[in-house]
Amino acid sequence: MDGLSGPEFRHVGLNLQDHPSLTTQQVESNIFGFWVFLMSDAVIFALLFAVYGTMLVGTAGGPGPAQEFKIGPAFLETLILLTSSFTFGMASMSMKYGRSALGLFCWLLVTLFLGLAFLGMELNDFAAMFAHGAVPQRSGFLSSFFVLVGMHGLHVTAGALWIIVMMVQICVFGLDARVKINIIRLGLFWHFLDVVWVVIFSVVYLQGLMR
Amino acid sequence: MLGNLTFDALPFVRAWHSPSINEIIGAGAGAVVIIGAICTFALITRLGKWRYLWTEWMTSVDHKKIGIMYVLIAFVMLSRALMEAVLIRMQQAVAIQTPGFIEPNHFAQLFSTHGSIMIFFMAMPFLTGLINYVVPLQIGARDVAFPSLNSVSLWLTAGGSGLMMASLVVGEFSTGGWSGYPPYTELNYSGGVGPDYWIWAVTLSSLGSMFVGINVAVTLYKLRAPGMSWMRMPLFCWTSLCTAILMIFAMPALTVATLLLAADRYLGMHFFTDSLGGNMMNYVNLFWLFGHPEVYILVLPAFGVFSEVVSAFSSKELYGYTSLVLATLAIAVLSFTVWVHHFFTMGQGANVNAVFGIATMIIGIPTGVKIYDWIWTMFRGEVRFTPPMLFSIAFMVTFVIGGFTGIILATPPLDYLVHNTLFLVAHFHNMLIPGLLYGMIAGYQYWFPKAFGFRLSERWGRIAFVCWVVGFYLAFMPLYVLGAAGMARRTQEVFDPTFRPWLIAALCGALVLFAGLASLFIQLWVSIRDRHANGVPVGDPWDARGLEWATSSPPPEYNFATIPHVSNLDAFYWRKRNNGAYHPADHYRDITLPGNTSMGVIIGVAAAFCAFGLIWHIWWLAGLSVLIILGSWIARSFSRDTERIVSAAEVERIDRAWLAQAAAARPVPRQLEENAANEGLAEWMA
Ligand SMILES: [Cu+2]
Repeated sequence: MDGLSGPEFRHVGLNLQDHPSLTTQQVESNIFGFWVFLMSDAVIFALLFAVYGTMLVGTAGGPGPAQEFKIGPAFLETLILLTSSFTFGMASMSMKYGRSALGLFCWLLVTLFLGLAFLGMELNDFAAMFAHGAVPQRSGFLSSFFVLVGMHGLHVTAGALWIIVMMVQICVFGLDARVKINIIRLGLFWHFLDVVWVVIFSVVYLQGLMR
Repeated sequence: MLGNLTFDALPFVRAWHSPSINEIIGAGAGAVVIIGAICTFALITRLGKWRYLWTEWMTSVDHKKIGIMYVLIAFVMLSRALMEAVLIRMQQAVAIQTPGFIEPNHFAQLFSTHGSIMIFFMAMPFLTGLINYVVPLQIGARDVAFPSLNSVSLWLTAGGSGLMMASLVVGEFSTGGWSGYPPYTELNYSGGVGPDYWIWAVTLSSLGSMFVGINVAVTLYKLRAPGMSWMRMPLFCWTSLCTAILMIFAMPALTVATLLLAADRYLGMHFFTDSLGGNMMNYVNLFWLFGHPEVYILVLPAFGVFSEVVSAFSSKELYGYTSLVLATLAIAVLSFTVWVHHFFTMGQGANVNAVFGIATMIIGIPTGVKIYDWIWTMFRGEVRFTPPMLFSIAFMVTFVIGGFTGIILATPPLDYLVHNTLFLVAHFHNMLIPGLLYGMIAGYQYWFPKAFGFRLSERWGRIAFVCWVVGFYLAFMPLYVLGAAGMARRTQEVFDPTFRPWLIAALCGALVLFAGLASLFIQLWVSIRDRHANGVPVGDPWDARGLEWATSSPPPEYNFATIPHVSNLDAFYWRKRNNGAYHPADHYRDITLPGNTSMGVIIGVAAAFCAFGLIWHIWWLAGLSVLIILGSWIARSFSRDTERIVSAAEVERIDRAWLAQAAAARPVPRQLEENAANEGLAEWMA
């Protein structure tokens, strides 16, 4: 379908009319491909959740959920991450409607700070657990806890790195089509991490403290 | 600086210190790898082909070249793993009440590498290669959806294969089988580097396969030519789609299993240990949650090949196209529901076993549908017994036998009797040799003229066929007998002398299979030698049906001068019959193609070095490699000059040259297609 022009270059949440080098088909398949990747990633998290579930009994006499999980910090982390999803939403809005790239840049910066704050708090939690002797080497339960939550943290780290790369690219290229497509993908990724965290909060922290 | 790496890791040093046949075999295998590598490097340097290889092949993102490189990897690894199979059979045939010539530890490495290579570095690259080559052509696309990701996938697989080869030269491989069950593969029981080699090689290949799955699925969803609705897709595309979806959902389970095992081994965690709350059944579930769908990742593309081959060489539309599609989908869905049949004897209780046993048997129904469809396609067709067709027919017969023994194994009480015996070994080879390898060989021979512009020698194809079929029956039917008699698999020394004749027969079978591989190489050599006589540049040597035949052989890098419009199933066949196949376009347009990138090579090689660093605890190397991977990925996202334009004039010139060739060619009737007169233009008979 080469050679179409004008409104054909639209994608939900994104106007690419001014970029005749990209066809609708390319834009669509680029975004769709990332959705498929996220499905694969979701399988990884689902399996880690399943492993965690079966390992709850494997505390081997070591610290269990009730002793180690602190609802306060976990709740605060949830709020921070949810807020960062909101600020990313604002970034997407200003990419679509903003007159310049400045708004987008600023919202990405805020999101980045929230992401880093989340990571900082999470590391702080981990350090506190380590100080009590709740290290991943202590029991199967703790191994699965640290790998599940740590995997999410690793994803957030990757997302933060990605945000930095995109901020640099905005400075270098402005808002060209590739930058826009990448920010859409990054947005999907960031919201996906939020969803995963909500499940972690419910399944790991809330449920752990109910026991 | 070099972590745990010492001189004792080299098999040559070990063979020097204690020269036994066992060590000499190890050193010899290592020497073959080193000499092979040196000779390849020397040859390329002498011919001055490095620049050509780098620009035309290694950094290429053309799906056709990537497909060919995948198949090349598959053939190299097939050669190694088949030699190991011969060695395994030799050891068992001689080691009756004597220790034989291979020591237990070495023997265990042999069957572990044989299995790991055959699955991850022979079968997966082979089918990925075929899919890569064929699918974009069949759906009338210019390339896959993510060409540079495709290159990354290829080089991750190549990196994993490199690790497998390195394990012959530096250190040792796992002795834990291709499935690497803990707690045996935990540090307590396998302290060496073997399981680490296994973990990282498999992890690289599973990541590569996951990317392939995404790429192929998106290609099929988004890049089909106008008019090619789902039910107008060739069946190979359907099976590729289902394989891709299985890869997307099944490969992560393997990645999770290997990485958690790595967490145990490297970080002292307790996922699968037998102490401190570890749960080794989690590993078994994770592994087979991947492992069973993997079986269908392997056979579905072969089913696709058989569908194409049977239809082309019977000159008939596929019988029951819709039912074949539905059966493929059914198999793909059901494949996720049966994984427990791999461990009926591990104590999950009779009810669970019964449910999974029944679920397993249900898969026989769609598979049976397919077999009937192929038979009905041949019925009253004009069947020509070309090598790909012969392989397809041999598949149908042999696969059904494997299906019967599968029913035996899927019945839990019977499984209790024969699990972990050679019966099981016979069964899965009975499924995978016809159900994967015959399909891959058939596909290789069927599409070879498309890829290179000349036919493969049919005579040597038939010789190879005889060897692969006779060798199979000779090698594996005795194993059924031995398994039923209770001979455990993975046995290094045999104690019952009545097993001897069967083991010798199996060894002969392995040798015949090896001759089958040799004949494939001879076929290739002979055909390259006679390539001018067997050229089929017009591109349609078999009077075939799909769009991949609607372009020259080899196809131009953009595949089609103009994207075809599709109005029915078997699009090209229909166009030929209605005289619409060989005409110039009304007007030609510029074609944008993805440019080459070195990112794939850099990431694949760095990943292999990272893995090597992890295996030997050379932390700086692992860290540096990770930085290189991230760096090249980010650098690539900054490059904006990633496309190349082929001008309309150039496209027109190439297209008109091909059309002139077609106009000048003499059409051959189907009966003479194996004849030198075949220039790739089929005579259109009713
Ligand atoms: Cu299975």
